[in-house]
Amino acid sequence: MARIDLHDEGAVVIIGSGAGGGTLAHELTRRGIPVVLLEAGKRQSTATFSQVPGEAFQQLTWLDTRTQSGSWGVARDFPGLPSWHCKTAGGTTVHWTASTPRLEPWELRAKSTYGHVPGTSLIDWPISYPELKNYYLLAERRLGVTRRNGVPGLPASNNFKVMYAGAKKLGYKRVHTGHMAINSRSRDGRGFCIQQGFCVQGCKMGAKWSTLYTEIPSAEATGKLDLRIECRAMRIEHGANGRVNAVVYRDSQGQEQRQKARLVCVAGNGIETPRLLLLSESAKFPQGLANSSDQVGRNYCHQIVGYVWGIFDQPVYSWRGATVAGVVEDEVFNDPKRGFVGGYRIELVALDLPTMPQVGLPYGWGRDFASIMEEYRNIAGLLINGEDMPRAENRITLNPEVKDAFGLPAANVHVDEHPNDQALRKHAQGQMSKMYAALGAKRIFPGPSLPATHNTCSARMSAEPRDGVTNGWGQTHDIPNLFISDGSMMSTPGSANPTLTIVALVLRQAEYISRQMAAGKI
Amino acid sequence: MDPLTTLHRREFLKTSTGLLTGLVAAGSSLALLAPGRAWAVDLTALSSAEAATLLVVARTIAPHDKLDDAAYALVIQAVDGDASKDDKTRQMIREGVASLGAGFPGSPESERVEALKKMEASGFFQSMRLKTLQVLYSNPIAYAYFGYEGEAFSKGGYLFRGFNDLRWLPEVPLADSGALPA
Ligand SMILES: Cc1cc2nc3c(=O)[nH]c(=O)nc-3n(C[C@H](O)[C@H](O)[C@H](O)COP(=O)(O)OP(=O)(O)OC[C@H]3O[C@@H](n4cnc5c(N)ncnc54)[C@H](O)[C@@H]3O)c2cc1C
Ligand code: SF4
Repeated sequence: MARIDLHDEGAVVIIGSGAGGGTLAHELTRRGIPVVLLEAGKRQSTATFSQVPGEAFQQLTWLDTRTQSGSWGVARDFPGLPSWHCKTAGGTTVHWTASTPRLEPWELRAKSTYGHVPGTSLIDWPISYPELKNYYLLAERRLGVTRRNGVPGLPASNNFKVMYAGAKKLGYKRVHTGHMAINSRSRDGRGFCIQQGFCVQGCKMGAKWSTLYTEIPSAEATGKLDLRIECRAMRIEHGANGRVNAVVYRDSQGQEQRQKARLVCVAGNGIETPRLLLLSESAKFPQGLANSSDQVGRNYCHQIVGYVWGIFDQPVYSWRGATVAGVVEDEVFNDPKRGFVGGYRIELVALDLPTMPQVGLPYGWGRDFASIMEEYRNIAGLLINGEDMPRAENRITLNPEVKDAFGLPAANVHVDEHPNDQALRKHAQGQMSKMYAALGAKRIFPGPSLPATHNTCSARMSAEPRDGVTNGWGQTHDIPNLFISDGSMMSTPGSANPTLTIVALVLRQAEYISRQMAAGKI
Repeated sequence: MDPLTTLHRREFLKTSTGLLTGLVAAGSSLALLAPGRAWAVDLTALSSAEAATLLVVARTIAPHDKLDDAAYALVIQAVDGDASKDDKTRQMIREGVASLGAGFPGSPESERVEALKKMEASGFFQSMRLKTLQVLYSNPIAYAYFGYEGEAFSKGGYLFRGFNDLRWLPEVPLADSGALPA
């Protein structure tokens, strides 16, 4: 591992070591570029992951003070926890469930495909599908995605058998155990999935791709990576020329440090990334960095994610097996006749016993609530993953009233659901309920929308600088040596779980950065 | 986590304010773990009577008739812990219990539900509901009762321990799933 001097002006500083930042660190260091990788969380390993759900949550989750507002159900159901993501080396790839579908070509042309949808800030992506597809292919190889490149699919779990049978009754055709970044066979020095179902607590087999034990060690092996854990970026600084030149952070001892930088890439997940840009306001950039368009933090999307549960006469034991290894892809198309634009996936889901009553079930108590829990063995689960509509007012802002432990204004997450979001959710819940009804479920009910897990679009790529924050490479329109390297840069969310797209965009960005650096342009 | 150690009297506590005790009911799921054992929870902030009322509150919030009191006692232990850390919490709990009245624990379920519904918006009720949900389902007594098998890494996962043993529906064709790893 490299030690890069605080005064070294030649390094790229990446903030956040998750899907975006961890991958970018590997891509740059393997091209010989020195990288300082700042990560707010601690470093765990397959050996230290706790297998007690409550403990694992404490061990991995970003629990800093945040606030939320708007009409979305999360504001009501999960006060103080608008989003569920990680603070740990490897970021949220430590506890993601590794479903890795691609976006469809028309999803990259959201505005052209959906036309004018009142109350949205839809745009088309500034990059074409064929362009992105090349990097999907690379990303799928890197992650070892199942059912691609000859990698076998995962075997069917009990929970998936229920999903499959229900889907077939409804006539769905594209139903399978998913494109998963989970080893169905040993590969890449990592073991295969033993169906323990603790994907969200950290995969002790290392079967599930996480930058923690793939990209980060590979980057370390180049000798070019200086990973600094428990180091929290507080502010990005710039010179008189308006280019960024340093990152101020608090180290593990609470000391303030200042790392000089040739280039800064922000990959703190879709809430912290815009927050850091806003926190970095200066006399020259009073609205925050890269924010001359006033788009930083706006257009925040998190996808429509929510549960539908079915209770059956016989046991399902849904907790046994890879949590999200199953999908119905037949609803991924755009047809306004369904009452909404955009599409959704139906995915498999299960929750461990401790988490079920806290996150999985709608608000309740008493006999009715308890009667559901009594049937825990017999519950099968489905998850919607659908496109939500960007809105200018759905945004991440700094809350002037509430401070985090470092004394910095907390992020406020504001979401007013668009009628399209509600119509899509209703349709999805209806179809999912029909799947279970067709199998004679005793009882079917939706769960709440969970705290946002797919934070995207809050510093988005746009062809026109006024519509977004970065160009098609994730390079900010305002500051050429400042990049966005996570889901924040997505132009629209689409209906695919975002991480494969994040990795593809970052693989592409890394090529661009190294070319531009070699040419002396940045 | 062993429920009995959790429930064990914390002898080192000299400032005990009360005691919640019970006997493991024969035939309950806890009896499988600890046949015939008595349990006791030392209280550090609440009185025995308050704890007994709170136990009934927890049972009314999440009524699992055959789930042993010992599981609910873990909830009360956690509430007591919170109350001992923070005066405001202690006061909120005290006032909540007082407002339920002495007759609450002995009254029929329908009346208890009515009483709690009336205070549903209160901080007391909401914190009791949250604690019950957080603690009641997170311990080995509950795991045994609900049939949840928990962590499986130490046993080689569920790959050969039933992840695909469902037989009441057709098998999935291999083309849409995958063969077991060799
Ligand atoms: C339960 C769950 C299940 C999921 N399942 C799937 C799935 O099946 N498929 C899918 O595609 N996606 C899934 N996701 C989403 C996926 O995890 C994210 O899309 C992805 O990890 C985002 O990558 P990122 O690089 O933007 O952020 P992250 O991976 O979250 O990494 C951000 C890192 O930045 C660090 N950081 C933030 N601010 C600072 C700062 N100021 N200084 C230093 N460090 C900082 C954080 O600590 C964190 O480690 C899931 C998410 C959750 C919560
Ligand atoms: S189910 Fe598979 S991927 Fe998930 S934690 Fe277990 S071994 Fe890892």
